[in-house]
Amino acid sequence: MSLNVTGLHVGYATAQVLHGVDFTIGENETVALLGRNGMGKTTLVRAICGLRPPTITAGGITFGGVDITKRSSHQISRLGIAIVPQGRRVFGSLTTLENLSVIPQRKEIAGERWTVERVFEFFPRLAERQSSMARSLSGGEQQMLAIGRALMTNPSLLIMDEPSEGLAPSVLDVIHDRIEGLRGTGLSTLIAEQNVDLALDMADRVIILDDSGTIPWSGRADELRTDAALLERYLSI
Amino acid sequence: MFEPVFLAQQVLNGLSFGALLFLLASGLTLVFGLMKIVNMAHGAFYLLGGYIGVVIAGLTGNLLLAVITAVIVVAATAFIVEVVLLRFVRGQELPEVLLTIGVSFVIADLCLAVFGGDPQNLPTTATIPGALMIGDLVYPWYRIFVIGVAVAIGLGLAFVQTRTRIGAVVRAGVDDREIISAMGVNIAWVFTGMFVVGAGLAALGGTIGSGMQSILPGVQNEVLLYALVVIIIGGLGSVTGAAVGSVLIGLIDAFAKAWIPELAYFTIFLPMALVLVLRPTGLFGRTA
Ligand SMILES: Nc1ncnc2c1ncn2[C@@H]1O[C@H](COP(=O)(O)OP(=O)(O)OP(=O)(O)O)[C@@H](O)[C@H]1O
Ligand SMILES: [Mg+2]
Repeated sequence: MSLNVTGLHVGYATAQVLHGVDFTIGENETVALLGRNGMGKTTLVRAICGLRPPTITAGGITFGGVDITKRSSHQISRLGIAIVPQGRRVFGSLTTLENLSVIPQRKEIAGERWTVERVFEFFPRLAERQSSMARSLSGGEQQMLAIGRALMTNPSLLIMDEPSEGLAPSVLDVIHDRIEGLRGTGLSTLIAEQNVDLALDMADRVIILDDSGTIPWSGRADELRTDAALLERYLSI
Repeated sequence: MFEPVFLAQQVLNGLSFGALLFLLASGLTLVFGLMKIVNMAHGAFYLLGGYIGVVIAGLTGNLLLAVITAVIVVAATAFIVEVVLLRFVRGQELPEVLLTIGVSFVIADLCLAVFGGDPQNLPTTATIPGALMIGDLVYPWYRIFVIGVAVAIGLGLAFVQTRTRIGAVVRAGVDDREIISAMGVNIAWVFTGMFVVGAGLAALGGTIGSGMQSILPGVQNEVLLYALVVIIIGGLGSVTGAAVGSVLIGLIDAFAKAWIPELAYFTIFLPMALVLVLRPTGLFGRTA
């Protein structure tokens, strides 16, 4: 199922952040959402997932042909969009196992179903920590759990907001490898990232947000990688 | 003043009052934990449950029937209050609290109009007769029964919270309401369920409590105040905290009433002030 964002204006009570954002994520596609600090990546992610604030003031979002602009977050989840939020936000007072088993699962799915066992196979480290309180997990383990939790909904679009944030390089490799492992499972992925190298490694396509609140550039990941001027201009690299 | 029989008597008084407080405070703290609102109508649910229980018990002499009727009527009232009123101000703290205060006034006034202003009690035919006798200690079985009910409810709540999926959903919602919604849980209905269960527990407290202390206008504010003190001491959102806080306040209240009756009301606020100073999140509250 594909995601279509058209003419999206999004803001908070205090400020308008996005001023007309258009893009599409096709089936089986991995798209990176780049942009410097505070350009509105999280704002866009939250708007898509139905999390309020912010408020969508104009434009629309459809997913698999369904208009989700005004849907609430649980309905959007039920349609197949799952979020790995910035800062992980695992349920700290639940065990690792409970963090997974508490998630309602969509039934109407195309590929292989996600189960607790499958998540544990996917992240063996989580199986080892299954009875630990999530708040006692390391940052990397919490990130794995946040991804595993999102997968438990059996999504067709997985949206990750800065999965690399605050992780040690060794852990980053694991997360990177696992996100690669999701390719070809029929899942589309949107990854908002500050870590440009990582994002370019993982993504087929890139969209960039800048301080105009629009998408000044989008294109193939390998195009951006070799374009020093673009990298400098929008990502200060 | 310090004779063993007297002390045992006061301990049992404290525990049975604490049991009543727990039935109130557990619902109040669960609702707060999930939605971060203090339901100021909680005392009114106790009041309404008490009156209905007394009436049904008077008609039938059957305590179980009285409890069931009171719980159903109050739970249905709470359901309507939640779905028809509270939902429209969800997330706006001040309107939410003010609305529950309004609901409390309406329920209390309707109770006054319907049931009158005289103190009412469960008819003795509906309570449990007799008393426990150990040596010189004589203690009514009914009050011991109330302690038993609260213990059973506490164990039941603990079981649901820790061993069932809906319990896990609630705990996840307490941790992060927004994210559990984003994972596909319709948290608004979970909250409605919680609000209704909390109100039902208050009604249970009102009915069986009216066998220990009279139901009369004004009681809703008194029990609400006690329940608030309990959950502030125990930690907002914590059922364990509600249990410990209830026992603590029950005991302090019982001994204060026996030893320094003129200061009894003050003595429950002293531990609250101490807890707020030393551990502002309460004994079992989370440190953000
Ligand atoms: N709740 C809020 N209320 C008001 N303004 C907000 C709120 N959250 C974010 N903003 C503002 O919106 C703008 C975009 O923030 P956003 O968090 O979407 O950026 P971001 O690209 O995700 O940044 P980062 O890389 O730091 O995560 C910023 O100027 C921020 O200050
Ligand atoms: Mg962000």
